Amino acid sequence: MAEVTQEAVEEKVVDALAELGPDRSEITRDATFESLDIDSLDLVEMSQVVDEEFGVQVKGEDAQQLNTVGDAIDFIVARAG
Amino acid sequence: MGAESGEQANAVNGQGQAREGAALVTGASRGIGAACATRLAAGGWPVGVNYRSDSEGAEQVVQAIEEAGGRAVALRGDVADPEAADPLFEALEEEFGSVMVLVNNAGVRADALALQIEDDDWQRVIDTNLSAVFRITRRALTPMMSARFGRIVNIASVVGAKANPGQANYAASKAGVIGMTKTVAAEVARRGVTVNAVAPGLVETELTEGVAEEMVKAVPARRAGTPEDVAACVGFLASEEAAYVTGVTLTVDGGLSA
Repeated sequence: MAEVTQEAVEEKVVDALAELGPDRSEITRDATFESLDIDSLDLVEMSQVVDEEFGVQVKGEDAQQLNTVGDAIDFIVARAG
Repeated sequence: MGAESGEQANAVNGQGQAREGAALVTGASRGIGAACATRLAAGGWPVGVNYRSDSEGAEQVVQAIEEAGGRAVALRGDVADPEAADPLFEALEEEFGSVMVLVNNAGVRADALALQIEDDDWQRVIDTNLSAVFRITRRALTPMMSARFGRIVNIASVVGAKANPGQANYAASKAGVIGMTKTVAAEVARRGVTVNAVAPGLVETELTEGVAEEMVKAVPARRAGTPEDVAACVGFLASEEAAYVTGVTLTVDGGLSA
């Protein structure tokens, strides 16, 4: 498992999201998943990458609470801590 | 974005050409499952021939595939066991690569009028015919989604849509499979993964032994179907050409439910 730092999580989340369509420049902390056209299936794929890398699962109700890229990063860092 | 589907399954159009990844057919030691395994192998897929108890049958299927120039491996595992999926997929991944084609075929019957179906016989049929299909499908989806290619074909039955006294448990399981097929299909369609069902009518297999003769009269085609009739449809739904077909149930019944 990779060490969970804010930077490491941010990098992995941005990489994973960029794979799913949105332009890298659009993927900022404040960007909403809706604005990036990232849907629930995309979030499942992102969370699989995060799980493999950091051993943190993002599922179900937790995932539904995440509106922005920053929400996701903070959730993963907090959950791993 | 990931590779387009055409790149994932390389050399997709030629009969017998090598493919990247593998096909898994559950309950493939005989009957419809064996015919599906043989068909997919002829189409170039290395095939995992899953079986629960009939190792001899599974080995015969593997041998026949190998003699025809294909690749196959027999994989023991009771799909009704909630823990069955991971070992099955891991064994196949090690041997041939990720599962890109899944045929959920394993099924059981325990016929009786509803009044006389015991809880055990209800549960056993639901576990194998429905819950196992869900678990195996769930395990298959991640690699398929990553590959932006996947073909899942669930073997349902015409009794999933039409009454057949004596099969309340079996009918419920097959109707469940048809409903699940549609929803999972909608969930993953934009990843290049298709999920379809094939609903056989009267097909001559060990599962239908004893009921075939009297029922043939009701079939417009005036014959029972063969496992190969069903496998041909599975082969189509598993093919590259069927990329835009998802969430459907293809009835294969000689006109029985027409």
